[in-house]
Amino acid sequence: MSDLRDLYQEVLLDHNRRPRNFQKLESANRTAEGYNPLCGDQITVYLKLEGDVIRDISFQGSGCAISKSAASMMTASLKGKTRAEAEALFEKFHGMVTGKSDPQAAAEGLGKLVVFAGVCEFPIRVKCATLPWHTLHAALEGKGEPVSTE
Amino acid sequence: MTTAGGTITNLAKSQQPPGGVLTRLDVKKVRQDFPILRQMVYGKPLVYLDNAATSQKPQAVIDAVTRYYLAENSNVHRGVHFLSEVATQAYEGVRGKVREFLNAAQDREIVFVRGTTEGINLVAQSYGRAFLKAGDEIIVSGMEHHSNIVPWQLVCEATGAVLRVIPITDAGEVDLEAYEKLLNARTRLVAIVHVSNVLGTINPVKQMIAMARRWDARVLVDGAQAAPHLPVDVRDLDCDFYVFSGHKLLGPTGIGILCGKAALLERMPPYQAGGDMISTVTFEKTRYNTIPYKFEAGTPHIEGVIGLGAAIDYLRGIGLERIGTYEGELLAYGTAALSAIPGLRLIGTAREKASVLSFVLEEAHAHDVGTILDREGVAIRAGHHCAMPLMQRFGIPATARASLAFYNTREEIDALVRALQKVKEIFG
Repeated sequence: MSDLRDLYQEVLLDHNRRPRNFQKLESANRTAEGYNPLCGDQITVYLKLEGDVIRDISFQGSGCAISKSAASMMTASLKGKTRAEAEALFEKFHGMVTGKSDPQAAAEGLGKLVVFAGVCEFPIRVKCATLPWHTLHAALEGKGEPVSTE
Repeated sequence: MTTAGGTITNLAKSQQPPGGVLTRLDVKKVRQDFPILRQMVYGKPLVYLDNAATSQKPQAVIDAVTRYYLAENSNVHRGVHFLSEVATQAYEGVRGKVREFLNAAQDREIVFVRGTTEGINLVAQSYGRAFLKAGDEIIVSGMEHHSNIVPWQLVCEATGAVLRVIPITDAGEVDLEAYEKLLNARTRLVAIVHVSNVLGTINPVKQMIAMARRWDARVLVDGAQAAPHLPVDVRDLDCDFYVFSGHKLLGPTGIGILCGKAALLERMPPYQAGGDMISTVTFEKTRYNTIPYKFEAGTPHIEGVIGLGAAIDYLRGIGLERIGTYEGELLAYGTAALSAIPGLRLIGTAREKASVLSFVLEEAHAHDVGTILDREGVAIRAGHHCAMPLMQRFGIPATARASLAFYNTREEIDALVRALQKVKEIFG
């Protein structure tokens, strides 16, 4: 049970129950859709980009607790960040959930996002945690095509 | 052998007693035939409830495949030597077993394919492209697996035929009145699943085939989830094509069956070309082999065929009627147990159901349910089950699905229920 509690930490469950920034952003000038075709998770990320800065960000969609809370916490941590900062955060986050980077080094600078560290013990759930970030990346790139985890 | 609730001796080898009196299935004994079921996962006994994805394999199947490689391995239909003769006899012998299993009219109506998916694609590409034209209509149901939707969409794109869809009721049954209205003189083909992989619904395929006949339409039945659980009689059904997979029926992966009426198979062009499917080749003109070989290009999955033969022997040894009775009781027990869980909603409550329990939990997404159950040793499937239109019909992104086999027990259902309580503890 302990590894399950490591995965489903209270902060994460709270974001799942009450996702933040969970609405369409009317002032958005960038959006992207993301799908996980294996499980049907679907997300839309809305961005209001001013120059290089993310002024506002929100999301909509349906998915498991991991993907929904990851999206919620992603939006909460990116307001006011530059594109480069956002991409760097994604890289760190990706390294942590895939278990590729040293856990302590990976945790540095991720702030509250470290609650997703437990995901690396559940390899098939990595895609759930990274779907929002891949979708964010697509929105920043301004690609019209929906992104897919496959 | 006793007939009234007593123990069954020599179960795997026994045949059903004459006169229709069935002995009970002895699940403890049956489980001994499946070595994989003895293992622990995460320190807990494995509870394998993902049988609709693939079944486990009895020792008899594992032994048959091993024996083939130890003593019989050779290419079929080609060699003049001893081993090739042995392999060819074993391979062709299975064709006869499958014919008996489905009660097909002739061995040559049995085509070995990779699985249900390839069987449907073969019919779609060969029959569909050759015999369908613009304006013709193909009917499928709203509960089809993607593999019985997308091949027909490809045919529609290629020929200009139109796909029509029979709606599904809230209980997860085919709406027969709507089906009746969909049928018309343009209907050329009906492709319908026998048992739904998501809902467990057993469709009234015999009646649906008879209805299609009035319009002289051909019917393909997707039997992937039916063949392992119910007796199938293709002549009684009067279907034109019946397809199923070996791996869901205790056999190896990569082998499946297309059973088609000989008169139709003979008129159909080849699906793939190569060795074994020809009678003579010159650069000017090639003559195709007779059926079923016309559809079996290249060296086939010999080990798979032999394993499938052993699986059918094993299954018939127990008897599909006995299996059906046991699984029916298990389904009733599981349905009652899951229905008692607050916040759990069963998806698929048809009157005629096979042993599939799809559900959604109010507080947790199917994936989270799947992960937590996994750590309790309980293997289920979570997701859209390759039936996205059906998920849309029920307004849900995914379900958790426990699919039962005759080697599952009531104690395993209890373990599932206990594991679901863990989900509630975490998400409550």
